[in-house]
Formats: sequence, C-alpha cells, structure tokens
Amino acid sequence: MASSNIGVLLTIGVITVLVIRIIYVIHRSRKPLHSKSPRSLSTLIVLGSGGHTAEMLNLLYVLQTERFKPRYYIAAATDNMSLQKHMCLRIPCSEALKEVGGAEFMQIYRSREVGQSYITSVGTTLVAIAHALWLMIKIRPQVILCNGPGTCIPLCVIAFLFKVLGIRWSSIFYVESIARVRKLSLSGLLLYKLHMADQLFVQWPQLKEKYPRAHYVGLLM
Amino acid sequence: MGDIDDITKEKRVVFVTVGTTSFDALVRAVDTPEVKNELFKKGYTDILIQMGRGSYTPTRASAENGFPALDYFTFSSSIADYLKSASLVISHAGSGSIFETLRLGKPLIVVVNEDLMDNHQSELAEELAERKHLYCARPQTLYKTISDMDPGSLVPYQPGGAKPVAELIYRYLGFPED
Repeated sequence: MASSNIGVLLTIGVITVLVIRIIYVIHRSRKPLHSKSPRSLSTLIVLGSGGHTAEMLNLLYVLQTERFKPRYYIAAATDNMSLQKHMCLRIPCSEALKEVGGAEFMQIYRSREVGQSYITSVGTTLVAIAHALWLMIKIRPQVILCNGPGTCIPLCVIAFLFKVLGIRWSSIFYVESIARVRKLSLSGLLLYKLHMADQLFVQWPQLKEKYPRAHYVGLLM
Repeated sequence: MGDIDDITKEKRVVFVTVGTTSFDALVRAVDTPEVKNELFKKGYTDILIQMGRGSYTPTRASAENGFPALDYFTFSSSIADYLKSASLVISHAGSGSIFETLRLGKPLIVVVNEDLMDNHQSELAEELAERKHLYCARPQTLYKTISDMDPGSLVPYQPGGAKPVAELIYRYLGFPED
C-alpha cells in the first residue's frame, strides 16, 4: 500500500513539475529571446511542396545569411522538387554551402501526402516522428523556420519537448501559407492552439482577426 | 472582338497548367469544342496544355476554322517560359503557379479542382478574384468564364515581400533591424 502511495505521489510530482515547466516555456516563448544581439544562430528550414517552397524562398532571400547559420534544410522525402529548386534557383549546391557557412540538406518522411486520408495519416505520422526525432537530435537548431505542410509538425513538437526538457532552447517561426485566407491550415492551427510557435505569421487580415495572437505580415508573394 | 484576320497574324497562346499532379476535369473542359471555339472567338490562336499525370489525353490539332491549334506535354522542369510567352493562362489553383502568373502580369483564369480532399485552394482563388486580379472558375463553368471575361478589366497584382516577416524575426531574436 505504502509503496503504491509513494508511486502515486511521485507521478503527481513529476506531472506537476512538467506542467509548470511547460507553462514557463510557453510564457517565455512569447517574449523576445535575447537582450543582447546574437552573432549567428543555427537554423533549421523546413521546406514543403511547390507553392510552400516558393514562399519560403522569398523569406530566405531577405533574411541575412550570416545571422542564420549554419543552415539545415529538411524536405519531405517524396518531395524532391523543393530541395532541387532551392539549390538551382540561386547558385549550385556547393556554392550555396560556402555562402551560408555550412548548410546541410536532409530528407524526412512525410506525415501526410496531399490527398491522403486522415485515418491512414496516423501510421505514417508515427514513422515521420521517429525519423524527425533522429534528425532533431543531430541538428538541435536554435531557430526553426517553417511554413507547413505537415512535415514541420513532428519537428516542432520535438523542438518544443527539447525546450521543456532543457535540452535545447529554440525559437519556432511559422509562416502560414498564402493559400490560407479564412482558416489556418491543420499545421498552423496545431502550432497556434498548442502555443508551440513562438511567432506565427499570417498573410491575410481575415486570419489575424480570427487568431489574434498571430502576426499579420501581408502577402509574401 | 475585332477583325479576326488582324488578330491571327500574331500567335496568341493560351497556356493551360495542372501543376505537379493531375487535373483531368480541367484538361477535359479545355478540350471541349465549346471552350476551344470560345477561345478562338476571343482571338487566341494556340492552346498549349501541361497535363501532368492525367490520364485524359487531349487531341493534338492544328489551327482550323473556328478552333485554335492544340498541343500538350506532361511536365517541364520550368513552366516560366511557357507562362512568359502566353497571352492567357488557365491554371489549377496552386498558389505557386497563381502568383508566378500574376507577377508576370498575365491574364489568368484559375480553375478550382473540386475533387481534392481538403479544398482550401478555392479560398485563395476566390479572394484574388474578388480583388479582380484573376477569374475563378470550376471545370463546368470554364466556358462561361471565358465568354464573359474582359482581361483588360483585371487589376494588376502588386507583388508582396517578406520584409515584414524578417523584421519581426530580427526583433524577436534580438538582431538589429536592417
């Protein structure tokens, strides 16, 4: 009896500590990260398909390269278009590597294909999470830039857990796709509702009205 | 439209693109005599279809009375050149090809694919249609959209940019502003 009581107490204690830590992480994430300006931050960029990539590229072109390095790119394994596009749009891959002071290109299993049903998504999502965990342990980025689709969710969840467990503090920036005018995407909604994105940007005023914690930035394209 | 003899002297290409997947309903709609004839009446001389992985193959044809010439291909590494040389673009509702076309200042009809599971794509096309940057159609209403359209009345799209996002990210991370 006594040992089971201790077990219960321990469980309650651990849960309480975790809850407090999660609340702290969410609270801390709302405020700017540094008081002094950092030199450069290791950055993970999650690339999506077609239109998503074009939007991300528009953002990457205006972000100063020396502030966000080394850079790690992750694209969905079945989406070979976006990595190639990024590499050939500006300069060949080897040049790009030199330019950004070390960049690595990786692929990740997709949690959901366009058009795949939500039910079969569960299994593929589990595989994607395991793979994402492996990549995140290797990278441990300080900044995560993503703009959907589902590929970024496992990565962001893991990044959030790293924050909670004190493994690595990272800032998660999510740019909702320009295609979302009236409703957030599933990825955007999850990150918003779970307070996982430090900053969530929307491109249409209708969304800002509906999701007041989002930042309205106008059209990226 | 004006004198057809004058118009047919130069090539006026309608470029149809379905993107990286397939959109048979769109290709089928373009390949109907009604739509082809309507495009001809509007002064277009050629129809070029990027049909993707679709199973419906349109009929290749050279220009004949009442119909523009028609040609097709499946994929191309870059559709930019096709967009640049087009006088009218009929596109699927993907944001990539929508904005690539708008930024080139080409008249655009976006056809929404109603077979997609999560049909958020119509949101963007409808919003941009409301702002008169493009026309929004469904495969079954494409004919009517073409016959009613007046490309000259479309409002040119002013390209946006990511500067505001970058500024917010800098401020958040403690970098000085540009």
